[in-house]
Amino acid sequence: MARVGVFICHCGVNIAGKVDVARVAEIIGRMPEVAFSTDYKFMCSSPGQKLVADAVKEHGLNRIVVAACSPKMHLPTFQKTIAKSGLNQYLISMANIREQCSWVTLDSDEATEKAIDLVRRQAKRVAHQDPLEDVAVAIEKTAVVIGGGVSGIQAALDIADGGRKVILVEKSPSLGGKMAQLDETFPTLDCSQCILTPKMVEAAQHPNIEIRANTTVKKVGGYVGNFEVTLERRPTCVDATRCIACGLCVTKCPVRDVPDEFNAGLGKRRAIATPFPQAVPAIPVIDRRYCLRLKDSLGHDPKSQEDLGHVPRAKCGACEKICPAGAINYDDKGAEETVKAGAIVVATGYQEMSPAVYTEYGGATYPDVLTGLQFERLVSSTGPTGGHLVRPSDGKEPQTIVFVQCVGSRDPSKGHEYCSGICCMYTAKHALLYKHHVPSGQAYVCYIDVRSPGKNYEQFIRRAIEEEDVRYIRGRVGKVQRRADGRYRVFTEDTLVGRPVSIDADMVVLASAVEPQSDAASLAQTLGISYDADGFYTEAHPKLKPVETATAGVFLAGACQGPKDIPASVQQGSAAAAKVLALFANETLRKSPQVAQVDSSACTGCLTCAYVCHYSAIEEKQVAGRQVAFVVAGKCQGCGACAAACKNKAVTLAQFSDDEVFEEMMR
Amino acid sequence: MSAPEMAKDPKILAFLCRWCSYAGADLAGTSRFSYPSNVRIVQVPCSGRVDPVMIFKAFVEGYDGVLVAGCHPGDCHYGTGNYHARRKLAVARRLLETVGVHPDRMFFTWVSAAEGRKFAEVCTTFAESLKKFAGRPKTLAREALAK
Repeated sequence: MARVGVFICHCGVNIAGKVDVARVAEIIGRMPEVAFSTDYKFMCSSPGQKLVADAVKEHGLNRIVVAACSPKMHLPTFQKTIAKSGLNQYLISMANIREQCSWVTLDSDEATEKAIDLVRRQAKRVAHQDPLEDVAVAIEKTAVVIGGGVSGIQAALDIADGGRKVILVEKSPSLGGKMAQLDETFPTLDCSQCILTPKMVEAAQHPNIEIRANTTVKKVGGYVGNFEVTLERRPTCVDATRCIACGLCVTKCPVRDVPDEFNAGLGKRRAIATPFPQAVPAIPVIDRRYCLRLKDSLGHDPKSQEDLGHVPRAKCGACEKICPAGAINYDDKGAEETVKAGAIVVATGYQEMSPAVYTEYGGATYPDVLTGLQFERLVSSTGPTGGHLVRPSDGKEPQTIVFVQCVGSRDPSKGHEYCSGICCMYTAKHALLYKHHVPSGQAYVCYIDVRSPGKNYEQFIRRAIEEEDVRYIRGRVGKVQRRADGRYRVFTEDTLVGRPVSIDADMVVLASAVEPQSDAASLAQTLGISYDADGFYTEAHPKLKPVETATAGVFLAGACQGPKDIPASVQQGSAAAAKVLALFANETLRKSPQVAQVDSSACTGCLTCAYVCHYSAIEEKQVAGRQVAFVVAGKCQGCGACAAACKNKAVTLAQFSDDEVFEEMMR
Repeated sequence: MSAPEMAKDPKILAFLCRWCSYAGADLAGTSRFSYPSNVRIVQVPCSGRVDPVMIFKAFVEGYDGVLVAGCHPGDCHYGTGNYHARRKLAVARRLLETVGVHPDRMFFTWVSAAEGRKFAEVCTTFAESLKKFAGRPKTLAREALAK
């Protein structure tokens, strides 16, 4: 006989402001199965939890309903509370009378009626819940970190320093990410590569870190503690185990006109190349789209590995001839490996939005209208001009430069609704860098607002304006016009004095928005994590679980979760590492008992359940001379597809049995 | 149970998957997007858990409409559960007609964890669309008899 205790939370005024909680408690108290019903100001507080625990003992309760916020918020809290008072932790149910009642219902009486109904349903449901025990599973104490930018490197180093193995996966040939492309960093102006490359080298030399460059994640199976991650290395045609990184192959390559991605499209590289001098690993990669030996045979972008079957042994071969280590392998087909991991850190970063949609600015057409990242490369000593700030069109030093902020940010019509967060600061930095390269020149910044909430950030902006004479003009730029003399006229408005302004400039830099990587959604689907309307990965809770995802064991770090600057990316990398290390500190992992079970006496052995199971968790078994379905509890993830598919109702999903769902939906 | 009802708002039963749509409904609350108060949400682990029997049972119980929402295609936490749901519920819709319940009384959609506003809109528009059944007998057969 169920003796249900019902606890109605006021949540301050969040619930009680709309719902007559005392009335809910009173009416629910009249239900035959309810032995005790009360309301309290904050059920999640220590006194609130004590109230629950005491009532369990005093009234001999054996089922609990807490009517409060979403179970996503506090179910674990109350599970622990009742477990302490001796009840099985799964004999509880929560009625969501805040997110799904008081906050979404305008009328107070309606909200009270709805709350009564919601609590009644849970009181009915909970009577059908069974005591359950967690399933204990072993943990594979290796982490996969996806993305070798500064956030991923930080996460990898912290996990490795904590004594756990890390596989650091990077899709490009080298670690470093966006930070490696930057010249100097705000607000200190310290050299980006000088502070990053030691970390890259440390990661490469760390005994607990294995780097997988040119590699992407193809498939993820399993679950927290026991992921199976399939990694796919694309063909690089250079054997990393043999290459001695002498760079001779690069010097001999006759193809010199490949657009240089590392230099954001400014400058050219060879068809075999290392992206930048300090690359880690420093192994060159053959770009099969441009290599004379390989491209003709393909005739198009080689996407599938089958393409490689038709590589003829013809032409060129300069790199193979010069290589002293015999590391060139034109027949490289890439490689696939599956690794076991207990946790995954996603640190895939961001991409700079192409300004091509802003045709009025000429971002993708005018040679001297650059993006922020292109400007970084142009002033960098490892950049296409060796650090000389000159116009790509004629090689002359720009005497006047205009920085246009919010290109693609805060612009729902053409770009993104959100603020990219970093552009105000990097634009101020660009203006300073410009003044340091061309002290006699004049820099203008066209802005909407200047946002500088970080430590020492506002001082940095003031320095640009007050000490370095950068002129800030408040207003959105309307048009950039290329003139016959090769200069650019920037049409804007000074909204502070309310008049139109035009500036003749030699160079224009667009602060292009931060946006999710183009493959962010497909990786999210591979990992089973969610992303928001803008395409950034969603954290489990916007304030309190900023590095967790809704998928246990998958953590987020850096700009893949939202626009971030370097300090914030590093912080989140460390935070994700702390979560991984905490997980790995356990010997075994408690897995939810929400798994399916087959009643073999009712099973006809049709195996429709096995057909719909996404996890291959259902096998065939011989019981009393018949073939029946059997659920492997360790593999089952508890989705319930099998329970819904079974024609004989032989499959029951714990916590979501037909009985439990039916009771809850009864009117 | 089957008498002409729907005095106020249509009574809607909503099966929401835990990972996307239930979280979307929570976000509607957090963001204070209101919707008709006669919506009753039942959390399921995955839209693929929704057995067509649950839909039929809901109509027997006297709900005016049944809403099922899961993760967007490709976003299912369990890989393919929402696809199973889509197929099953397409068949269930046809069966509804066979047993004499207007198929428009059932609605299947995708609501992500970020779509609080969409969830509130789905509830509001679905409730609105059900109002055309107000005062009409619950089954098509009864309706035909009434004519």
